[in-house]
Amino acid sequence: MDVEKYIASGILELYIAGTLSEKENLEIANYAKEYPEIQKEIEAIEASILELSRKASPGYNYSFAALMNRINGEVKVVDINEKRSSPFLSYIGWAASVLLAVGLFWMYQQNQDLKSDIEIVEKQNVDLEQQIADTDSSLEQTQELLNTLRDQNISVIALGGQEVSPTSYAKAYWNKENQKVFIDAKGLPEPPDGFVYQVWSLKLSPLTPTSMGLLEDFAADENKVFALNNPNDSEAFGITLEPAGGSDSPTLEQLYTLGVVAAS
Amino acid sequence: MQLDLLVDQFKKKDPSAFEKLYGMYSENICGVINTIVKNDARSQEICQDVFIKIWNNCDSYNSGKGRFFTWVLNIARNAAIDEIRSRSYKNEKKNLSADYFVGILQHKEEEDTSSVDTKGLRNLIKNLKEKCVQIIELLYFRGYTQKDAAEELEIPIGTVKTRNRSCISQLRDNMVVR
Repeated sequence: MDVEKYIASGILELYIAGTLSEKENLEIANYAKEYPEIQKEIEAIEASILELSRKASPGYNYSFAALMNRINGEVKVVDINEKRSSPFLSYIGWAASVLLAVGLFWMYQQNQDLKSDIEIVEKQNVDLEQQIADTDSSLEQTQELLNTLRDQNISVIALGGQEVSPTSYAKAYWNKENQKVFIDAKGLPEPPDGFVYQVWSLKLSPLTPTSMGLLEDFAADENKVFALNNPNDSEAFGITLEPAGGSDSPTLEQLYTLGVVAAS
Repeated sequence: MQLDLLVDQFKKKDPSAFEKLYGMYSENICGVINTIVKNDARSQEICQDVFIKIWNNCDSYNSGKGRFFTWVLNIARNAAIDEIRSRSYKNEKKNLSADYFVGILQHKEEEDTSSVDTKGLRNLIKNLKEKCVQIIELLYFRGYTQKDAAEELEIPIGTVKTRNRSCISQLRDNMVVR
C-alpha cells in the first residue's frame, strides 16, 4: 500500500471529523496499527483540531470531582427510587387494597347478617301477633261458652261412666229453646284409631236412640266442648264408641257414659 | 498506545481512566460546544452533560466509531445542536446557525466578558481563507457529511476531502510556527 498517497487523500482528516462509515473507521484503525506513519498522521490531525477547539473554549471550570458528584448523585437518586418506591410502595399498595377488599367483604357479611336478623325478628313479630289473635279468639270463644252455659234455659245433665269405662264421665248442657246441646267430653279417654264417639238422644219407653252427631276431631279439640243440634224431646243422653263415620244404631257394648234428663 | 489502554480502562468504568480522559478532552469539548452554542456558561453546562453521557454509555464505544475523541466530539456536537434547535424555537431572531466559529471572535470582542482566548484563536486561523474556516466548521464542529458539506459550500464532493486536507495542513503549520 502506498502510505503517502493514502495520507494525502485526506481520508484521515475525515476519520477525525467522524464522517466515515463504521467499516472505513475499522479499516483505518487497522492501518494505524500496521503503519506508524498513519498513526502519527492521525494523532497530528487530531492535535490540530484539539488545539483549534481549545482556543474556541471559554475554559472549563468544573473539576472532575464535581462531575463525579453529579454522576454519583444521579445514580443515588435512581437507587433510592428503585429501592424505596418500587418494593415498599407497591407492597403497601397491595396490602391496602387487600385490606379494603377484606373490609368490604366484612361489611357485606355484617349487612347480610343484620338483614337476616331483621327477617327473623319480623317473623317472630308475626308469630306473636298471631298468638295474640289466637288467644283473643280463644278467650272470646271461652266467654261465649261461659255465657252459653250460664244461660238460664240450660239444663245440665251429668253422664256417668258405664261398664266399659267406669271412670269416664261427661256433661251435657241442653238449651231446649234453641235446640242445642253442648257436650263436655273432658272426662272421656281419647278414642282409639279408627273409632269415634257418637252422641245419642234416647227415649226411654220404649228405648229409642236417635243419633245427634259425632264428636269429630276429639284429640285436636282443646276444651273438648262440642256443640250439637238436638231437635228431639230427649229423656236421656248416651255416648258410645263407634267405628269412624258413626253408626245407624248405637253399639250398646261400647256405651261409655249415660245420663237421664231430670224431669222438669 | 497509552490512549488505547486508557480507553480500555474507561470502558471498564475505571474512574481514574475517566479522570485522565476528562483532563485531556474536557476543555476541547467545551470549545466545540461553544462554537455552536456561543454562550460560555451554557457551553460548560452542556459539556458536563456530555461527559456524564459518555460515562453512562462507555461500553457503547468501539474503534468502529473512530477515534475516542471523534466519538466524544460527535456526542458533543449533537448535544450542542439540540441546544440551539430548542433555543431557536424560543427565540428565532437569535438563530445563529449561519455563523461560523470565527463569529465567536466578533461576538466576544463586542462583549469583552469572555474567557475565550480570542488572541490565540486569531493567531491559529490568521492566514486561513474563509473557505477553510467554513469547511472546518462544517466537518468538525457541525458534523456535516462530505455530501452535505459539498452542497452547503456548492463545491464538487471530491473537492471536500482535498480542500479539507489542505486547510488542516495550514492549521498544523500555524501550530508549528507558534
